[in-house]
Amino acid sequence: MNLFTAINNALFIALETDPSSIVFGQDVAFGGVFRCTQNLQEEFGPDRVFNTPLNESSIAGLAIGYASMSGGTAIGEMQFADYMFPAFDQIVNEMSKFRYRSGNQWNCGGVTLRSPCGAVGHGGHYHSQSPEAFLTHCPGIVVVMPRGPKAAKGLLLSSIRSKDPVIFLEPKALYRAAVEDVPVEDYEVELGKAEVMREGSDVTVLGWGGHLRVLEQACDLSKENDGISCELIDLQTLTPWDIECVTNSVNKTGKLIVSHEAPVTSGFGAEVVATVQAECFYSLESPIQRVCGLDTPFPLVFEKYYIPDKLKNYEAIKTVVESANNNN
Amino acid sequence: MSSTSHAFDISGSYELHNFETGPPETTEVTKEELVNIFETMYTMRRMEITCDNEYKARNIRGFCHLYDGQEAVACGIQAALAPEDSWVTSYRCHVLALMRGGSVSEVIGELFGKAGGVTKGKGGSMHMYNKEHNFFGGHGIVGAQVPVGTGLAFANKYKAKPGEPMNVAIACYGDGAANQGQIWESANMANLWDLPMIYCIENNHYGMGTSIDRHSSISDYYKMGNAIPGLRIDGMNVLSVIEGMKFAKEYVGAGNGPIYVEMMTYRYHGHSMSDPGTTYRNRDEIEFTRSNRDPVEHVKSCLQEADFMSAEEIKETEKRIRKEVQKEVMKAKEWATPEYKEVATDIYAKSLTPYDGTYPPFVRMPDFAKSFTFDV
Repeated sequence: MNLFTAINNALFIALETDPSSIVFGQDVAFGGVFRCTQNLQEEFGPDRVFNTPLNESSIAGLAIGYASMSGGTAIGEMQFADYMFPAFDQIVNEMSKFRYRSGNQWNCGGVTLRSPCGAVGHGGHYHSQSPEAFLTHCPGIVVVMPRGPKAAKGLLLSSIRSKDPVIFLEPKALYRAAVEDVPVEDYEVELGKAEVMREGSDVTVLGWGGHLRVLEQACDLSKENDGISCELIDLQTLTPWDIECVTNSVNKTGKLIVSHEAPVTSGFGAEVVATVQAECFYSLESPIQRVCGLDTPFPLVFEKYYIPDKLKNYEAIKTVVESANNNN
Repeated sequence: MSSTSHAFDISGSYELHNFETGPPETTEVTKEELVNIFETMYTMRRMEITCDNEYKARNIRGFCHLYDGQEAVACGIQAALAPEDSWVTSYRCHVLALMRGGSVSEVIGELFGKAGGVTKGKGGSMHMYNKEHNFFGGHGIVGAQVPVGTGLAFANKYKAKPGEPMNVAIACYGDGAANQGQIWESANMANLWDLPMIYCIENNHYGMGTSIDRHSSISDYYKMGNAIPGLRIDGMNVLSVIEGMKFAKEYVGAGNGPIYVEMMTYRYHGHSMSDPGTTYRNRDEIEFTRSNRDPVEHVKSCLQEADFMSAEEIKETEKRIRKEVQKEVMKAKEWATPEYKEVATDIYAKSLTPYDGTYPPFVRMPDFAKSFTFDV
């Protein structure tokens, strides 16, 4: 399966196993822009899988109202993560706080909002952004970003069944590109848990989402050219994030690279760095490096300069290791 | 029994948009119903006036939006709808919390920030809910409750049994919120999918401190739904509100799609406690409304017109309610404040970190000695 078929498969299972679940968004009845919802309406009918008008704010509001009343499962789609901003009031002021504000009388834990994010090579300003840091700043919601089809299916099913509202960001560049063996059965991947993709001893490299493909290449390059052993970690869930997994790794390697596509300033990397320096201060052997997007609007023609690509990451890995060696 | 009920003329209370016929022009009310309405509305009035006093005495802090003047609207809606119908409203929510299962002490206790308040003292003025009574709360962001209400209507339609009338959803918002963009979005959805949704604009003529002719290019709010039919109701006459809302509920519950309802009402207080309410309107206007259109006075005159209560009996009842409200306030004052740990509960269903049930696990209080870590 590739990423879009894995997502489609997870949605199919969710609709099949939970009669209260509904899937809606712009053009989802026809499969959506990326075909993630194809054939779902044919299978489950227009009452459960349907198109909405082009109203992100009301897609979120509809999901919140539906989930809060009946404890139902609302799976909404924001056609692009860049379009989430018109719905920001509903997400930040309604969705994330419904449980807290009502003294736990109500919650909208049945809400999952799926949305494609990230660079795709030619997306330009409004089809390329990674808005995760805006969302992680908001207590009350869970933010998830899978790196590939297998993790995506399990994480999406966990998200849909989670008792908290989840924003599920799908790296759109991988919808067709990433192909993995994905189990056909119903399975979940636990939220809030990172995954060590590769064990290593010299430096911890941390990322999430589609960007891990870049980081894998950077780790390969470091191994081949410099014999550096990288421990590569996929965070998977951004809030609440797996502090234990990351700090254990940094305590072992003494070095950390955090890399994400979103702009560096106030990116989620900053949160990771702040926590790691507090928890691992006496294990650190060199300054932590952030390798991130530039602090610019997402550029069209300059995308390849903007992106924290494999070479930028390779350089950073080399720098932290050399810096540690020079100090020893 | 004819001796205990009375027919009231409510003709001229309505204006229609895209309707051929509207609500009836007379209504039959029993003594018991009308006395109950009076007691409810007078309790609302006393509660809000008490809030005003307590705010000025600095026992209530933060934001506080009062409902006095608009009592007939909430009371009439409650009488017309069924308890199963879902109700969501703006920040001006005290009296709705009262009618949907709350007591005066619970509402005022919430304003005092007491653990016995309707939402454990965690929200205060704008945030009151009642799950058991299908009251989906006050919402602090202008207009934001309306898409949520549309979702409630969707859930009601989704859960409805085929062939039976649906439970309806109502979202109340003010004339100031009526031009919020997200309302158009969700009204379009409701009409597209024939949701049992009542968009209820409480037109008190001022969006905060700006009068309707200065903040809206259209002042016929009941026509605002365009293709969606509308009904304008005299919101100072509780009997008109009841009949109008019965009409609205029946219409949307039968699967005809949504309706816009405009309640012509008036708030005596300013928008919030920081607004004296006299800089953008003159005292004569407020006094004129008080002496000619007051919703509570109207009910009192109806009681006398039907010989349900004498002037003396009304006075006695008012005295009793004043005492009751005061007693409830004293009760709320004695409640404890919420425990510190409440600051970090109810954010997530269950923490996804190793700490169970709470997030974040460590809370730093201003006095470090009082900081605490949740038990694992």
